[in-house]
Order: sequence, then structure tokens, then C-alpha cells
Amino acid sequence: MGTTSFLWNFSKKFVTFGLITVTISDRYVTVVPVRGGSMSPTFNPKTTSSIGNISDDYVLVEKFCLNKYKFSHGDVVVFRSPLNHKETHIKRIVALPGEWLGTRHNHDVLKIPEGHCWVEGDNAASSMDSKSIGPVVLGLIKGRVTHVVWPPHRIGAVKSTPPERLSSL
Amino acid sequence: MGSRNLGLFGSFIKEGWEKAFFVAKFFCVLHVTGTYLVNPVQTYGPSMLPAIDLTPSVFLSERISARSGKVTRGDIVVLRSPQNPRKFISKRLVGMEGDTITYLSSPGNSDKHETLVVPKGHIWVQGDNIYNSTDSRNFGPVPYGLVQSRIFWRVSPLKDFGPFWKK
Repeated sequence: MGTTSFLWNFSKKFVTFGLITVTISDRYVTVVPVRGGSMSPTFNPKTTSSIGNISDDYVLVEKFCLNKYKFSHGDVVVFRSPLNHKETHIKRIVALPGEWLGTRHNHDVLKIPEGHCWVEGDNAASSMDSKSIGPVVLGLIKGRVTHVVWPPHRIGAVKSTPPERLSSL
Repeated sequence: MGSRNLGLFGSFIKEGWEKAFFVAKFFCVLHVTGTYLVNPVQTYGPSMLPAIDLTPSVFLSERISARSGKVTRGDIVVLRSPQNPRKFISKRLVGMEGDTITYLSSPGNSDKHETLVVPKGHIWVQGDNIYNSTDSRNFGPVPYGLVQSRIFWRVSPLKDFGPFWKK
């Protein structure tokens, strides 16, 4: 009898804890790992080509920006890939709806459609971003990255300005 | 006397804390059911006539099939509008990725048809009322990631209460 009530209490606490964790991580703030080097040097500055690097950065993602979907230039956002809804990507917003953007590689000027934004990785060389898939729908954005929380020596806020671009761009 | 007062005060705080925790738990349960299982939606507007009439009505929509990628052609889905991320629209899913879609580009004015292939990771949604609907014919194919849920049960008006499955 004692064991069943102990088990019952334990599972009740476990479920409550799970519910609260899921709610907070869905609505307010969550932590996600960054895979790959497309945002280097902001995240994963020393990424080797091997998958599952131990030194992957973990970043804090806040979701309060989703109440209004107001973003500013340079915000680093997490969004669902338009090509595969099961994947999420982390990129930096370069242009917002209604703005004109000149792409450097083919000298076109295009207008970002309403409800879309233009995202690019900080590492221009290895990044699957708006340069290849076009403007991304704002509704796919799942949060804004504010801090790096792991590993300890890289803890710090994420700046809203991209790091120095290479002059070859 | 002093210690007794403190005890009263302490039990007061404890009770308040327990109440607040109960409310928080209730809110969490609501959030989790609404996000992962079933979510009520209210519809209005003419775009889904005749399947959904003009009166504001309440439906239940389930999240499971949208999350697992099991929604198919013919389902009425709720999705975030690609033009305004704060708005939700409900349309009928007409084409999945790779499908060839032929549609009237301006119904009522001309018989001009347009044909395209839905790109990878995207879907094609259309209102049943092709004369008065803002859908993929205006904004093109939409990414699957915008799909929130699939409508499956009608709640109000009460005389129509019942399953609303591929009507």
C-alpha cells in the first residue's frame, strides 16, 4: 500500500513538473543547441566538419517577440525550415517586410513581400539561407536568440549586429 | 502571542501559494492540451462557403495530425497567414508537395487557367468559395510549417453539433 501511494505521488509530481516545463518552454523561454557552423563566429566558432561536436553552443531563445512578431534588423531568430517543417534553423534577419534589398551576387533588387523577412547566416560561405531559398515567412519564426548559455566560457549576450563581414562579399 | 501571529501569517502565505500554484497548474494543462491535442477555433467570413456558412461558428481542431505530418488533401486546416503572422486562416488543403495544381487565376472574369507544381515542403490551400477567398491563388504555395491544426468537430451553432470530417 505504501509503495503504491509513493509511486502515485511520484508520478503526480513528475507529470506536474513536465507540464510546467513544457508550458514555459513553449510560451516564454527555452534552450536549444546550435548545430553546424552557418552562424560562425557568433555561434560554434570552431566547428569541425564532424557531426555532433561536443562543443556545440546552447542558446537561450525567448518567445515574447511572438506576441507581436515585431523584429528588428540583426535579430538572430529560430525558424522552421520552409523546405522541411521538421527542421529548425538559426539565422540573422537582414531585411524586414516592405524593404528593398540588393543582392550582391546577381545585382538584383527585390522587395521583401508582406509578412516575410530575409535571413542570412553570419558565415556566408556555408549557409543555407534566403540567398538560396528566398524570403522566409514570418509565421515560421519560433523565437529570438538572446544569450549563449553553454559552454561556460562562451556565456554572454548575442549582439544585434552581425560581426565584421569579409571584404570579399 | 507573537509566535502565534507568525504562525497564522505563515499559514495564510502557504494557502495563497497553494492556490496560485493550482491556478498555474490549471493554466499549464490548458496550454498543453491546446498546443498538442485539441484547440477550439472560431471561423467567420465567406471564403469557405458552402462547407462553413457565414455565421460565426466554433469548431474543434486537432493538432496531432498537423504535427506528425499526416494532414492530406481535402482536410480543412487552420494555418498562420503568410501575409500576417498574427492572423489565422482556415482553408481546404488542395495539394501537397509535388502535386500539379491547375486553378482559375481570376474566376468570374476569365477562363484563364494556370498550372504549377507545389514546391518541396509546401502545400496549396484554397477556399471552397473561389470567388471570395484569399488563398494560395493570391500568395502562392505556403510552407507546411504554417499549418497549425485540422478541423474535425463542429461545436456551434448547436444544431450542427457533430463530426465535421471532410465535408
